[in-house]
Amino acid sequence: MAVNVYYEDIKVGDRIPAWSRKTDFMNWNRYAAVNDEFIYIHMDDKAGRAAANEQGAFGMGNLRYSYILNALRDWLGDETEIRELQCEFRAINQKDDVLTVFGVVKEKRVEEGENRVYLDIDVVNQTGAKTTPGYAIVVLPQRG
Amino acid sequence: MAEQEQTLVTADMIKNQGVWGRETKSYPVSLSDIRKFAIAVYWPETPPRLFWDEEYARTTRWGGIIAPQDFNPFAWPIKGPTLPDFAMPREGGRGVRGMNGGQTDTFLLPMRPGDVIRARTRLRDWNERQTRLGLTLFIYTETEWRNQNDELVKRHVQNFIRY
Repeated sequence: MAVNVYYEDIKVGDRIPAWSRKTDFMNWNRYAAVNDEFIYIHMDDKAGRAAANEQGAFGMGNLRYSYILNALRDWLGDETEIRELQCEFRAINQKDDVLTVFGVVKEKRVEEGENRVYLDIDVVNQTGAKTTPGYAIVVLPQRG
Repeated sequence: MAEQEQTLVTADMIKNQGVWGRETKSYPVSLSDIRKFAIAVYWPETPPRLFWDEEYARTTRWGGIIAPQDFNPFAWPIKGPTLPDFAMPREGGRGVRGMNGGQTDTFLLPMRPGDVIRARTRLRDWNERQTRLGLTLFIYTETEWRNQNDELVKRHVQNFIRY
């Protein structure tokens, strides 16, 4: 997987391939270990309920951020660059949620010598709730 | 009638606005750290070879393994992480509860095995308004990550919400 997408081929309105994960402690515990994010609300149902989440422990916003980057990388290939990513954490990632990253191209332009593509992104759960709206800027190569 | 709160902004915040805090330095980034991070964020699927297969990574424009953009080189310090004073909630009263509001990262250079990353943070700005949580403070901090060559690797803006 070198280059999957070239600048010339992108059109406003294009969608990136949907990228999904079902999340529970198997994902959260591994992420806690690599991000040093050992916080009781992500580890213990009692702590999650004490933090006003009736369903108990919940997932890290930072992991959803990583899922967005994964979706962009899988779409772009290894030779391209993600220049910027912004998101807001608007809803909780509950245990067993199926999270899906969506992205749609809003604009493309050459800027500072780079072929930049601007996308609206979000992470949507199985109920359709938009949990992590934001935008991404990616840099694509040209053919030839 | 209860007195309405005027502000959750502290004197420390006003004093520290725009002032870069103490620098934090990472341990050298290792291949194994990168592999474990990639496995964790892609779990249960196999992560891209760029993050664990040196032979493959050498064939890419990067010339070797690089870290995912979201890789955290500051995990597992001997001494626990220290948060800047302005990011901490006040003791007691309102403003103690908080949540992660979101973030913006600008990625400029990839991190590679052997890199030593230095980070510094400053309180950039804030705004305050009434929300369903009551008086709510949105704090924005800015962090710069530089590598051992003093090259800017990443600029990170974090939104802390206090209420």
